[in-house]
Amino acid sequence: MLSDVSLRQAPWSQEVALETIGAHAAQRGPLLPVLHALQERFGFVDARAVPLVAKALNVSRADVYGVLTFYSDLRSSLPGRVRVQVCRGEACQAVGGHALAEHATRSLGVDFGGTAVDGSVTLDEVFCLGNCALGPTVTVNGRLRGRVHSAELDALVADGGVLA
Amino acid sequence: MSTVYVPGDSSARSVGADEVAAAIEAEAVRRGVVVQVVRNGSRGMMWLEPLVEVVTANGRVAYGPVTPRDVAALFEAGFLGGGAHELGHGDTDQIPWLAQQDRLTFARVGVVDPLSAQDYEGHGGLVALRRALVMTPAQICEEVTESGLRGRGGAGFPVGVKWRTVLDAVDLPKFVACNADEGDSGTFADRMLMEGDPFMLIEGMVIAGIAVGAHEGFVYVRSEYPDAVAAVAAAIAAAYKAGWLGPRVLGSDYGFDLEIRVGAGAYICGEETAMLESLEGKRGVVRAKPPLPALEGLFGKPTVVNNVLSLASVLVVLARGAQFYRDFGVGRSRGTQVFQLGGNVGRGGIVETAFGITLGQMLERFGGGTASGRPIRAVQVGGPLGAYLPPARFDLPLDYEAFAAAGAMLGHGGIVVFDDTVDMAVQARFAMEFCAAESCGKCTPCRVGAVRGVEVIDRIVAGRDVAAGVVLLEDLLELMAEGSLCAMGGLTPMPVRSVLQYFPEDLDRSEGTP
Repeated sequence: MLSDVSLRQAPWSQEVALETIGAHAAQRGPLLPVLHALQERFGFVDARAVPLVAKALNVSRADVYGVLTFYSDLRSSLPGRVRVQVCRGEACQAVGGHALAEHATRSLGVDFGGTAVDGSVTLDEVFCLGNCALGPTVTVNGRLRGRVHSAELDALVADGGVLA
Repeated sequence: MSTVYVPGDSSARSVGADEVAAAIEAEAVRRGVVVQVVRNGSRGMMWLEPLVEVVTANGRVAYGPVTPRDVAALFEAGFLGGGAHELGHGDTDQIPWLAQQDRLTFARVGVVDPLSAQDYEGHGGLVALRRALVMTPAQICEEVTESGLRGRGGAGFPVGVKWRTVLDAVDLPKFVACNADEGDSGTFADRMLMEGDPFMLIEGMVIAGIAVGAHEGFVYVRSEYPDAVAAVAAAIAAAYKAGWLGPRVLGSDYGFDLEIRVGAGAYICGEETAMLESLEGKRGVVRAKPPLPALEGLFGKPTVVNNVLSLASVLVVLARGAQFYRDFGVGRSRGTQVFQLGGNVGRGGIVETAFGITLGQMLERFGGGTASGRPIRAVQVGGPLGAYLPPARFDLPLDYEAFAAAGAMLGHGGIVVFDDTVDMAVQARFAMEFCAAESCGKCTPCRVGAVRGVEVIDRIVAGRDVAAGVVLLEDLLELMAEGSLCAMGGLTPMPVRSVLQYFPEDLDRSEGTP
């Protein structure tokens, strides 16, 4: 039932990394697609991938690192088993988003952008999920959920994103 | 066999549409009835989602909001034949909230199966493209200019004029880039169109390509919209298969290739030059203009950058003529705008209507007050960089110029409602926090100004020398507005100024204290 990210995603392998990079290297402006693909494969962009990407795309490691750290979606470490995003946009603020955000950090015991020490959960803030008439909105393991207040969030996290 | 529509739109799914679809299929099996469930887009009546529609001899009949627990009772009430039930709303098209709209761009959204090429053509798809293929590029640009269509992404630049600039550019190759990085809070029309009628976007991009002489396009969709990404990707594949994309579009000599790219969680990539940088695989840092992207855009080549709704609206212009389109609207705001009602609103969703109705009419006729039942205190129009307006300004007509004259903006058409529990000082502070979090960092007024803005607002709210703080804040706002490189820093002052102007009592809490 729990979608265990760490189990679904592959452990580091240079061969797999090179193959993943190679699959996108011929595109125009390939860096972002390459980093997305690496993250999808490994759950995050391993530091060991940075020089490989730089070499394959003929850019500097600084270029790769700069892009990797600019975009909030791209991770440099493995996320928790349950990934929670809470919308902080105005439309959700108007229907109790501030209270939900406070509840999320308190009940999960992590700040936004943080992962629990036991690797159980990662909490992120996101500015708008496009569900502005049905807020407050969250995603749990990628699944969008609307009209989520504290109690609903607790239930979603417990079930790994699947509604009871 | 009965056909039942259950939206596959991500908003509908966020409140249980998948569970409802599964319950209907299971109940049909249990009863030995043959039911075909079609996952359509959403009609945009979000307070009724999941909205289930049944095809009857008298048209489509709506029920909503449906939960899995209601399904057995709906079967019992004979909903497959349009039977009466307390969740019933009768003929979907006659629901006043929908019937009062001018659904031009959103005509197919919620009606068709989004990925059915047959449905698309059966509901007026490809008419515009067929016409474009027998027009000259200059004629297309002229017709779009005549329609008065302005960019729906927020800036409101005339689409035909932009296209003409790219057409006249001599450098090759040229590109079409669709900005589907709909990051403004309170906006979801691009998402719904991509999920509910993705072929429309593809057709619009091909037409843009013909109009400017480009043979390659990119759709840049934000990563926060995984369902839209999937829908557009599937539609692109289907369009290639049907010959709507590829070396011979609809059997003509014109070729067009289209690729989808996914953002990575940066609001600034909705700014067109930052989006181009991101498409090139760089940090989403804005470029100084000039050069205009129309002349030096993607990979330094002439590029049309248009929002999803702009490209979709072009289809209406070409299919029904410039005159038809410009007959909607007022002043220099021609055609329809797809407004999005969100936040603390009774009846939120998509309202496509001609420009010109007032904000108050929009909120009364469609919004139906707040969801909480408390009075409306403020409405933010145009996303996080738009002004907060009090009920005293609800007389403003929804048109670009009227809003600009009032120190506000229509932006991408998002309207977010707040009730009287809102603390406007928190909202003003948030505007600065958001800018600090999402600034690309290239120019100082935005990068540093936003951080200073949070600090100054905190000092004002704490009641420490309020008058001096307000003077300092106003000075900072002017500097950001005039000195920033792009709209991020340049417009962040707008919501803050509106709070200073309309809700000063929330900032100055020192009054009455010793």
